[in-house]
Amino acid sequence: RDIVLLWPPPAKYGGRHTVTLIPGDGIGPELLNHVRELFRFSCVPVDFEVVNVCSSTEDDINNAITAIRRNGVALKGNIETLHTLPASHKSRNNLLRTSLDLYANVMHCKSLPGVQTRHNNIDIMIIRENTEGEYSSLEHESVTGVVECLKIITRTNSLRIAEYAFKLAREKGRKRVTAVHKANIMKLGDGLFLQCCREVAAGYPDIAFDAMIVDNTTMQLVSKPQQFDVMVMPNLYGNVVSNVCAGLVGGPGLVPGANYGHDYAVFETATRNTGKSIADRNIANPTAMLLASCMMLDHLKLYDYATMIRNAVLTTMNETRVRLNSPRRCSPHTFHN
Amino acid sequence: TALISSSPRRRVESWFRPRRGMQTVTLIPGDGIGPEISTAVMKIFEAAKAPIQWEEKNVTAIKGPGGKWIIPPEAKESMDKNKIGLKGPLKTPIAAGHPSMNLLLRKTFDLYANVRPCMSIEGYKTPYTDVDLVTIRENTEGEYSGIEHTIVDGVVQSIKLITEDASRKIAEYAFEYAKNNQRASVTAVHKANIMRMSDGLFLRKCRQVAENYRDIKFTEMYLDTVCLNMVQDPTQFDVLVMPNLYGDILSDLCAGLIGGLGVTPSGNIGANNVAIFESVHGTAPDIAGLDLANPTALLLSAVMMLRHMGMHDYSKKIETACFNTIRDKKVLTGDLGGKSKCSEFTAEICQRVRDMD
Repeated sequence: RDIVLLWPPPAKYGGRHTVTLIPGDGIGPELLNHVRELFRFSCVPVDFEVVNVCSSTEDDINNAITAIRRNGVALKGNIETLHTLPASHKSRNNLLRTSLDLYANVMHCKSLPGVQTRHNNIDIMIIRENTEGEYSSLEHESVTGVVECLKIITRTNSLRIAEYAFKLAREKGRKRVTAVHKANIMKLGDGLFLQCCREVAAGYPDIAFDAMIVDNTTMQLVSKPQQFDVMVMPNLYGNVVSNVCAGLVGGPGLVPGANYGHDYAVFETATRNTGKSIADRNIANPTAMLLASCMMLDHLKLYDYATMIRNAVLTTMNETRVRLNSPRRCSPHTFHN
Repeated sequence: TALISSSPRRRVESWFRPRRGMQTVTLIPGDGIGPEISTAVMKIFEAAKAPIQWEEKNVTAIKGPGGKWIIPPEAKESMDKNKIGLKGPLKTPIAAGHPSMNLLLRKTFDLYANVRPCMSIEGYKTPYTDVDLVTIRENTEGEYSGIEHTIVDGVVQSIKLITEDASRKIAEYAFEYAKNNQRASVTAVHKANIMRMSDGLFLRKCRQVAENYRDIKFTEMYLDTVCLNMVQDPTQFDVLVMPNLYGDILSDLCAGLIGGLGVTPSGNIGANNVAIFESVHGTAPDIAGLDLANPTALLLSAVMMLRHMGMHDYSKKIETACFNTIRDKKVLTGDLGGKSKCSEFTAEICQRVRDMD
């Protein structure tokens, strides 16, 4: 199935879409409440099917996965993973991503006008492989005191993510794709990833392709982030690079993220923070979640609503001249329709 | 409080014994710009009248008995005797057949801890000011074990190895370093939400060691949170301790915050009290021999070495001279934004050092 960017429109009943909503923990519930309020105020034809996931049994997450399979689209907050629990208790977020095969995590980091940051004119698209790599959760203790953790890289998934990256670059009119790797040390694993990227790049002669080692990449990102255009990488490096870029454009409260698979799409904040320390205090920044909901509306082909809400959010940010490190009251938003 | 581990309490190696009298240090000039920056450092030390005697050794890889690649025996003997080394950049020729020189040195002396103090240099402006943190990275295992297999065609597995011993050693070193350098807190960086067993083991060991250092604050933070906060506000971090891969990425990230590898010092601590301090930049073959190189990285590593040996007065003197020179911006090498030669930069620092006496 040669698809990637052409999904069939999700199920529509009576002209309204149904979207699964997973509140998660920490600041998730309050941010998603804001989204619901805003959608109701703007008369967006989307109904939310709320599925709560509390982190103890597997049933909850299986219900959530079934709901997403049914509706095709979801909006979620981050589900907390208590790392003091034994290894048999897998991360719920990871389980969701792998069960639904949401293989591409896409994040668009753009400098926003009105947000003071150290670097300006940043416009980077980060495409991160979302299912394998270091997040395979395959660990064992072969001898007491010696733990092995497996990082899996497969040809199929590497080709898939590289294909996705180049197709997206072409669709958005981007000029260059950079693969981030550590193939000088992990010769077989990252070497395979790099080779797959090169193979795919050969089929897109209009887009320049280069590769950069991950430690050099982070150094370049903090000194000259304007040099990057589109970046594609395996799972863990994606985690690092996306967090660095989110920090560069103004923090975790500003950047939306999307996880795409062949059949399903799940939208959330890019840096996936649970934010327990700021939960329920009305100070979390809703911008990331609101922009993620706009990405979701674009996916559902409700472009007008998406543009309207996006403009309202960005205008509000610009006009009130938000200083990022000051607490900001979530609820009052004025909108110009 | 009783220790949780069942093994008997190990004596923590005393890395930071102050030394008196003339000390001999093995100097490995390296390739490319290595020799000129080593000469610069030697000149500055002479001007400061530091009690250091240099023993220059070469470390090109040779084939030892049994066909294994080793460093020359005289170099190894010298290091074992002196215990302290200063190294310039080494090149690894492609298709030489032997592994990288840095890897060889690491294996030979079991250099398990890589320490990089990152402090903003007044006078070398970057978008980040007031950075003052130290990254301590486990250097022997983790993701860089080099154990990889092709399971079936198209599926590759890399093994990340975390052992109790190595985690304990690096945690102990981190806390000792914090204690000896008056640092207030140590943060363990991990991804235990995903890699429950491996990073979980690392964290457990850090927690256990933290029990013995009650006056130093111990916190744990996810790798992605550290990255996010580091680029927004690096002043919140003090000492960071972490496994190999995260350390590699974070130490280079922090180097980028203060201005790059040309101004970042680095030290490697090994078993048996061996310590090798090095500059982490490349050999820069395009400017080698042209007297254009910037010796700051190697100089600051040498200052780190003096501190390690307990010679705090000399280290302060040389470091202050170096920072003042950069701050005044009158004599700067090309990469720092000036037009002077390496020898002029060195002479300026020597003059300041002499003026301080």
